[in-house]
Amino acid sequence: MPHRKIQKRSVADLKIGEKAVIDSFSDQWMSLKLLEMGCLPGTEVCLHCKAPLGDPICLNVSGYCLSMRKSEAATILVE
Amino acid sequence: MGNPNSGKSSLFNQLTGLRQKVGNFPGVTVDKKSGTAVLNDTTEMSVIDLPGVYSIYPKSADEQVVTDILANPQHPDYPDVAVVVVDASNLNRNLLLFSQIQDLGVPVVMALNMLDIARQQQLEINAVRLAMQLKVPVVKINARVGEGLELLKQAIEQQIGQPVITKELFFDPELAASTPDQDLKGLITDVRHHYQLTNNYLALQYLIQHDGFSFLARPQRVKLDGLIEKYHFNEVDFQAKETIGRYKRIGEVVKAVVTDRRPLDQSTWSQRIDRILLHPVWGYAIFATVLLLIFQAIFAWAQPFVDGIDGGVAWLNGTLHDRLPAGPLTDLLTDGIIAGVGGVIVFIPQIAFLFLLVSLLEESGYMSRVMVLMDRIMRQFGLNGRSVVPLISGVACAVPAIMATRSIGSWRERLITILVTPLMSCSARLPIYTILIALVVPGRTVLGFLNLQGIVMMGLYLLGLVAALVAAYAFKLIIKARERSLFVMELPTYKWPRWNHVGITVWDSVTSFVWQAGRVIIAISIVLWVLASYGPGDALEQAENRVRRDYRQLSAEQIENRVASEKLEASYAGRFGKILEPVIKPLGYDWKIGIALISSFAAREVFVGTIATIYSIGSADGDNSSTIKEKLAAEINPETGGPMFTPAVAFSLLVFYVFAMMCMSTIATVYRETKGWKWPLIQLAYMSVLAYVSAFLVYQIMK
Repeated sequence: MPHRKIQKRSVADLKIGEKAVIDSFSDQWMSLKLLEMGCLPGTEVCLHCKAPLGDPICLNVSGYCLSMRKSEAATILVE
Repeated sequence: MGNPNSGKSSLFNQLTGLRQKVGNFPGVTVDKKSGTAVLNDTTEMSVIDLPGVYSIYPKSADEQVVTDILANPQHPDYPDVAVVVVDASNLNRNLLLFSQIQDLGVPVVMALNMLDIARQQQLEINAVRLAMQLKVPVVKINARVGEGLELLKQAIEQQIGQPVITKELFFDPELAASTPDQDLKGLITDVRHHYQLTNNYLALQYLIQHDGFSFLARPQRVKLDGLIEKYHFNEVDFQAKETIGRYKRIGEVVKAVVTDRRPLDQSTWSQRIDRILLHPVWGYAIFATVLLLIFQAIFAWAQPFVDGIDGGVAWLNGTLHDRLPAGPLTDLLTDGIIAGVGGVIVFIPQIAFLFLLVSLLEESGYMSRVMVLMDRIMRQFGLNGRSVVPLISGVACAVPAIMATRSIGSWRERLITILVTPLMSCSARLPIYTILIALVVPGRTVLGFLNLQGIVMMGLYLLGLVAALVAAYAFKLIIKARERSLFVMELPTYKWPRWNHVGITVWDSVTSFVWQAGRVIIAISIVLWVLASYGPGDALEQAENRVRRDYRQLSAEQIENRVASEKLEASYAGRFGKILEPVIKPLGYDWKIGIALISSFAAREVFVGTIATIYSIGSADGDNSSTIKEKLAAEINPETGGPMFTPAVAFSLLVFYVFAMMCMSTIATVYRETKGWKWPLIQLAYMSVLAYVSAFLVYQIMK
């Protein structure tokens, strides 16, 4: 699927306040941790704020706030 | 056990009454803690508090502890009953871990916590229905105030008497959809057969995690690798499948037990605060202000208390000297013990203020925002946003700070954090800073409200911080990465600090400082007093006679002073100092400071006590009621005739202590955390060189 990955948007592309539904992950190792934290395909996430330099970001997912680096957010592809 | 920040340690405190550190950021409990609690009239139980984890698959060293215990029924800490604390305001994610623990075949009790917060968020949870759905005992508790403890104890008692363990697994790997080319059932059966396991999920853990299972012998682990190969088992794929499978079922359970009246999209209180505290401009401005306030508090607000104690000790010393009969025992008590102990207790106010403010930051939840705020910057230096906690705690003490690095998942980032944390100025350096700054920096007010001494103090802390970052950057270039770095982290909601927890933290820190540092200091003070009061043969008497013969023209008081200092020079301690003098001369120190340097190799807080002891001995008796600061100010450099502690000498000493690794406990902790002598020795070497060279430069430039 590498050719499709390029067109897909990821959580890292969201703007503050923007919502999106998780579609899949581009990094399997990272996905294990993200899944455990409740980022499941089909879950709605909302970018709630960014740290001063735009990185890390804070996501609202299933009722709580999760912070992650932009590079980590880039592995979460959205619909 | 339970998720991070779900209230395990609060519950543990409530059950055991043991004092233990609880904070509002993930990863406060980095090691297991145990205590005892009364279960009923006849039984006492031992309670173990484990670090918080999100799943049974560990991502860092502190999380490994939980898996080590639960996957090994032979482990001495394997529980009779596992009390899993569940945060009701985040049921989905908490149930993931709960269902995994339950599936391992441990008798469980669910302690449903934080119902009040869930209610605030308009979540209504039906605990009875939850118990029926999961087929486990569920007890509602409030760990912060201690509600529901009796019911919890009853449930534990029942689970010990007649354990209810559900036969049917929440997620049975055997029943999970097997792909045509993967005979999962066969694989699990094989594993169970080879290792005599009764539980499918435990068998799965053997397959996925055997590399981390230290209780398995090497051939056993190799055998598992063989089985994985034979059945073409893909661990990562399957682990993802498991998590998704569990969440799917959890979703159904939660739907059945939770009434969610939460209005969609309403931003919570915490989120609105985040917008300000993580703001590009305000975020850093507020963080800088908070830090500045901490230093201002430590120096300015604590000063009246410090002065009071210092004066009190000097008064006590003088009074005892006058009242008690003169003799070696009185001298030992006043010049040796009281002077040394005074050097410790005088810093209690500052340490109390420091721990008070740091624990307020932890309790409120601001500390995890600081991690987010700093991650991007820390990464430039090979560190992680999580390194901020060790670095800030390092301002209190490097030992707990180095232990707190266990929550950093990547070994490289963790190692670099360990190596640079002792450069942060810990509370043991505070006594040295305080006394030397008070000596050479005028206590003027600048810019209307800032104390000049406070600014110099902050400068020293910043110097330590900058050195830590530069050293981290250097290590980043040297140390190669072993695995990937990970930052994904939960941001807890803001909470109002619990004053009793803050109070406990402050009390614990102060008492442990007084006891641990105090014992070393008293011991060294006594040894030092002996070494400084006696010399080889009759060297001391010779020195005294020589003075009385050569300086007849001086007044009686001057002769007494001269005698005292010549005697000190002739003593064992004086000889040690003399041997060291050529090495430290370029830094501007004389042999008296040399004695203090040697004695503070074990622990740097000894320095001030030593100086106090040496100068008490090195002066005539009339001086005993002066404070340490007065003693230092009165010290004359025999070569120049001016004061010994010139700004050049004082700043050279200050810089030396900012960089020097003079703390046995830290070296021991680094040895334990890195499992070898290689890193502590590298650390000792680089910090010593840094300290010597910088102090040399400072003295030579300022001289």
